[in-house]
Amino acid sequence: MQEVSTEKKEFKPNIVAFCCNWCSYAGADLAGSSRLTYPENVKIIRVPCSCRVNPTFVLKAFQQGADGVILCGCHPGDCHYVTGNYYTRRRMALLYSFLNYMGIEKERTRVEWVSAAEGARFSAVMNDFVKTVAALGENKRLTDLRVKEGE
Amino acid sequence: MQRIGVFICWCGSNIAATVDVEKVAEVIKSEPGVVFSANYQYMCSENGQQLIKQAIKEHNLTGVVVGACSPRMHEATFRKAAEEAGLNPYMVEIANIREHCSWIHKDMEDATEKAVVLVRTAIAKVKLNAPLTAGESPVVKRALVIGGGIAGIQAALDIAEAGFEVDIVEKNATIGGRMAQIDKTFPTLDCSACILTPKMVDCAQHEKIDILSYSEIEEVKGFVGNFSVKIRRKARYVDETKCTGCKICMEKCPSKKGLNEFNMGLNTRPAIYIPFAQAIPNVAVIDPSQCIKMKTGKCGICQKFCGVGAIDYEQKDSFIERQYGAIVVATGFKPINLDAFNEYGYNDNKDVITSLELERLMNAAGPTNGVLLRPSDGEHPKVITFIQCVGSRDTSGCGKPYCSKICCMYTAKHAMLIREKYPDTEVHVFYIDVRTPGKNYDEFYRRAVEQYGVDYIKGMVGKVYNENGKLMVQGSNLIDNEQITIESDLVVLAAAIEPEPSVRKIATLLTTSIDTNNFLTESHAKLRPVESPTAGVYLAGVCQGPKDIPETVSQASACAAKVIGLLVKDKLKTNPCVASPDEMMCNGCSQCANVCAYGAITYVDKEFRLGGGKTEIRRVASVNPAVCQGCGACTVTCPSGAMDLKGFSSKQIMSEVEAICKK
Amino acid sequence: MKDVELKMLERAKALLENGEVARVIGWKKGEFFFDPSPATFESVEELENGFVYNWFCGANLSKYLIAASKKEGKTAVFLKPCDTYSFNQLVKEHRIKRENIYVIAVECLGKLNIEGIKAKGLSMIESVEVDGKDVIVTTAYGKETLSKPEVVLTKCATCTKTHQVKDEEIILHEVPVRDVDRFAEVAKLEAMTADERFAFWREQLSKCIRCNACRNVCPACSCVKCVFDNPASGISAKANDDEFEEQLFHIIRAFHVAGRCTDCGECSRVCPQNIPLHLLNRKFIKDIDSLYGEYQAGETSEGKTPLTSYTEGDAEPKDVFSGEAK
Repeated sequence: MQEVSTEKKEFKPNIVAFCCNWCSYAGADLAGSSRLTYPENVKIIRVPCSCRVNPTFVLKAFQQGADGVILCGCHPGDCHYVTGNYYTRRRMALLYSFLNYMGIEKERTRVEWVSAAEGARFSAVMNDFVKTVAALGENKRLTDLRVKEGE
Repeated sequence: MQRIGVFICWCGSNIAATVDVEKVAEVIKSEPGVVFSANYQYMCSENGQQLIKQAIKEHNLTGVVVGACSPRMHEATFRKAAEEAGLNPYMVEIANIREHCSWIHKDMEDATEKAVVLVRTAIAKVKLNAPLTAGESPVVKRALVIGGGIAGIQAALDIAEAGFEVDIVEKNATIGGRMAQIDKTFPTLDCSACILTPKMVDCAQHEKIDILSYSEIEEVKGFVGNFSVKIRRKARYVDETKCTGCKICMEKCPSKKGLNEFNMGLNTRPAIYIPFAQAIPNVAVIDPSQCIKMKTGKCGICQKFCGVGAIDYEQKDSFIERQYGAIVVATGFKPINLDAFNEYGYNDNKDVITSLELERLMNAAGPTNGVLLRPSDGEHPKVITFIQCVGSRDTSGCGKPYCSKICCMYTAKHAMLIREKYPDTEVHVFYIDVRTPGKNYDEFYRRAVEQYGVDYIKGMVGKVYNENGKLMVQGSNLIDNEQITIESDLVVLAAAIEPEPSVRKIATLLTTSIDTNNFLTESHAKLRPVESPTAGVYLAGVCQGPKDIPETVSQASACAAKVIGLLVKDKLKTNPCVASPDEMMCNGCSQCANVCAYGAITYVDKEFRLGGGKTEIRRVASVNPAVCQGCGACTVTCPSGAMDLKGFSSKQIMSEVEAICKK
Repeated sequence: MKDVELKMLERAKALLENGEVARVIGWKKGEFFFDPSPATFESVEELENGFVYNWFCGANLSKYLIAASKKEGKTAVFLKPCDTYSFNQLVKEHRIKRENIYVIAVECLGKLNIEGIKAKGLSMIESVEVDGKDVIVTTAYGKETLSKPEVVLTKCATCTKTHQVKDEEIILHEVPVRDVDRFAEVAKLEAMTADERFAFWREQLSKCIRCNACRNVCPACSCVKCVFDNPASGISAKANDDEFEEQLFHIIRAFHVAGRCTDCGECSRVCPQNIPLHLLNRKFIKDIDSLYGEYQAGETSEGKTPLTSYTEGDAEPKDVFSGEAK
């Protein structure tokens, strides 16, 4: 978007956003009905609960060429399924830390809690995430993980 | 071969103004598997739905994608339309090209491009959809209420009035609960027993209500609509069907040293007793720890005097098993144990009492027949000091972090009643904050201060100690910024309330959630406040959180409404988007059950063919579709990927990821 | 070591002879003395012909008990300290029927890595003896003394484990208590820049030939059918025409065993390409310890794992990247 430097070739990162049906997807709907914009390169996949998101989905997205993956759920304590997002929080904290350990830029992955009432927050979060990922440029690392340098 | 139909909605100009709907419909036509693609001004309208139905029939569609508003808006509408045209409703997917596209993007080209991706994503998913059928499970038209306090009584009466059978299981010998112990109720100051006991009698007389007193829940099996509950009927050593409640046994019993629980141990009762005059059922019970016959084998006086032969020293606990469609938990509360609060001298001074003890001292049926006499010497106390928040809002670890909610009001009530009855008494109240929201509540508190001259002191008490027979209450007055000591005759502690400890066992039996303070967790704090996360289990009263009588009664009635709403159904439709394991891949490792908030997963030993005539018995997961809510927590926990979620399968989500990422 | 072996053999024979157990799982001689392999012994003859317990018996026998505990009759097994953690974890996951297994805890003073010895330039090895911190290798060319810490298995180098389960024990020598930091190498990686870490792992993982040895030996990787062979998972090689599995196998494997991995180190021991796979698992262990409290998988055979439990105040993902945690 405007924030992205126009000097170099404009890079639009491809962002996959997993949103839980009850809070974040509804938050995204509210952002829509409030006409709060965020870049069109964010595409949302609806899941019943953030705890449905398997780390393999995140990895698959990166491997298929996503530049950033964001996972949104109800705020801890407000999960529609009572405890689902508590498990999400542990799983994703460990996964993200692990990806960082492998040298995958940590800024490409994010977990955010967005309630159904937080349309403005949803839009702000997405704008910020796109900006961050755009600054990093194209994601190559997970697809290159098993390619020795120079080959 | 898949035959997908795509329907792009204009939503008037809502979508069409920023998304080139015709172009989207056109581009999508060439997607593999798509045999029909159309756009229309209002897909959700009668005509729009007709268009979909017609296409399903004409083109023999196997799947439908509607590019329109949020599925939260019209997914149900389009599913119904598909079903009417003979297509399984779960073969419909929505691409949200309004809230997630046209409304947030300004550039038509960008928005159109995104809409195409979103529709493609929905197509990728729908290709992997499987027809799903909502299951059905029968409903047993009987409810169980656990706990016979005011919450349980109210819920039972409301449910019974609607024509359904209700059992109240009460662990004590009588129903009535805490409210029966209370003298007067705020803010109206009407007599607690006068409003409670008629309801107790109503319960006893109601043909639909069965009171199982002196009983406890032993085991719970099953699920919403179909619980099977084993109930322990504790031996009361008195035949409930014979006892007439004449109380001759109580008079004749030579062992009269048992502490009277109903009076908070302020006086004693015989070994055979009826808890209080209006007890329901009005049937005696023997306390085996006090009964001479049961301890030494010699006595048997009550048996000799009982005119109807109801005494049975040999009685044993018995068990009954009953089926229920719904369960209301109304297990109530108790004041916390004050052992950790040495500073208030509760254990060292007879004249330091709790508020619930004061209720009994003020009650006409209490140990002092309603005359306020202090426990140590039976004198009228002239200076009474109340200490609020004893163990409430306490983050030191000794007490409870929460506000017990009722204490401000009952302390104002006590202060007012004392000043009314004994105007020569001086009443002081130490408080942190006075919290009195509620109808007529703040007015009530102000009356205590303004009309009754109760001395409210903002500050905490540091120490209560005995000096020459006087109770010295040392505290701070934050308003005047000084340390004060009040010489008192009686000190009343507003002890925090906590859930009745037995609720923890009940929560485990019901596989429902409980928080760190032992309060049961509601399904949604705002929108499903009386439902527990376990379908068919409802929460009433303090077991869910601190509350006063009117709130408890409202919540109980709300529970009853939920229960009635459930029991009027003959069958329950179950959400077909539930977890289901592939038994061939299941390790039986129990990880999935560990994360299931609903207790929907159990394990069975199953025999599998190994080939070559050999078989193997393996432990595999089994999901009860009537209980599973479809969150998917288990699917990620499963290392082999044996557990999958219908409607949101791993492959479906993976295909969506691929469709989005494809460049 | 010989005395321990004799005692083990004696017990194994007795158990089989008096019918207490139907089989014994231990190690049997290989082609050379330094390549013993796990084996099931069902008779005294089999034991006499092949039973061995020496400095090269590094293999973890716990995984074999999944199948053995399903068989008729009891199975006796010799477990080293580290093996008992895997055993407990498998009991916890209902994979081993505890009542069908007789656990004999055996002494372990660290096992040697023959590749490490050979890497010291030794060949034609005839025997290896250990005297305290010295490893005396006799070759056709004479005797060489090596430093034991330099030639133990990677997993033994940082081992502080003790037996967590036993029905009886055979421990004849004092096992020194050690104080080592098994996370030192992980911390070293964490301290690198993202580019350096990526380069490191790319170099390492590029060596992988997807032989599945790590998966096959891992006691936590004991699924009836592996997720990578499950077409419904969307990640199996057969289900995709891309190289998803090729690239991400090790990440997913490490995640799947997170909270369940006992750090038995078998993955690194068996890797023919010498990829330090244990450094993947240890990262998860280190993170779990620091974020959710110290946890050692397999210490007990009951309870939940860190990934199947939670607290309301758990750290947020954004706050937990390495080096920046807390």
